[in-house]
Amino acid sequence: MNKNVGIVIVSHSADVARGTALMVEQMVGRDVPLGWCGGDPEGGLGTNVEAIMAAIDKAWSEKGVAILVDLGGAETNSEMAIEMLPESRRSRVVVCNAPVVEGAVMAATEAASGATLEAVRRTAEELTPA
Amino acid sequence: MSGVHAMDKLRASVLVRHEVGLHARPSVKLTKLAKAFESKIDLGLSPDGPWVDAKSIVKVMATKAPKDSTIYFRAEGKDAKAALDALVTLVNEDFPDGP
Repeated sequence: MNKNVGIVIVSHSADVARGTALMVEQMVGRDVPLGWCGGDPEGGLGTNVEAIMAAIDKAWSEKGVAILVDLGGAETNSEMAIEMLPESRRSRVVVCNAPVVEGAVMAATEAASGATLEAVRRTAEELTPA
Repeated sequence: MSGVHAMDKLRASVLVRHEVGLHARPSVKLTKLAKAFESKIDLGLSPDGPWVDAKSIVKVMATKAPKDSTIYFRAEGKDAKAALDALVTLVNEDFPDGP
C-alpha cells in the first residue's frame, strides 16, 4: 500500500474534502493512500492543524505525501502541520499550488503509477497557469 | 546496425465511442494504462499530431477528444507494440473498469 505517494485533501468544508476524496477513489482507484479533512467540530467551515496532521498520518507513505488545499487558512494550517511533523517526515510532505479537486485527481493519477513526490507535485501544478 | 530512430515509431488509431469522449474518467484510465509501459507514447487528434505525452494526465485531459473522434497513438520503445494493443483495446472496449 505504501509504494505510492499519498494524497491529502484539506478543505474548509468537510463535504468538499469528503467529496473530493470520493472522486479520487472512484476515478483513480484505491492504490493511492488517501487522507482528508475539513470543517470545524461544530459543523461549520474551517481547517485545523490537528486534523491535517491526522490526515497526513492516514495517508502516510515512505515516498511522501502531497497536500491539496483550497483557500488561505487551509494552506497556512497545512504548512503549520508540516512543521509540527517529526523531522524525518517533514521533508517528505509538500503543499501543491493547484486547485483542490482537479489537483487531487491529477496528483493521484500520477501517484498511482509509482511516481516520485516531486513528479506528483509537478503534475498537480501543471494545472496552474504560470 | 540496429538502433531506434524516428522511423521506428509504431502507430495505431482508434475511434472514441465513449459517450462523453475523452473526458475525466476515460483520461485517467488511459493515462494510467500508458504509464504501465516503458515506451514513449504520444497521443494526437490527427495522424500528423500535434502530439501530447499519453502519460501526462493533464495533457491527455486537455485534448478533450469528443465522442466519435479518432485518436492516434504513436509509441517508441521495447514494449511499444504491447502498449498500443492495450491502449486500442481500452478505447475499443469503451474504458471498462479495471480489476
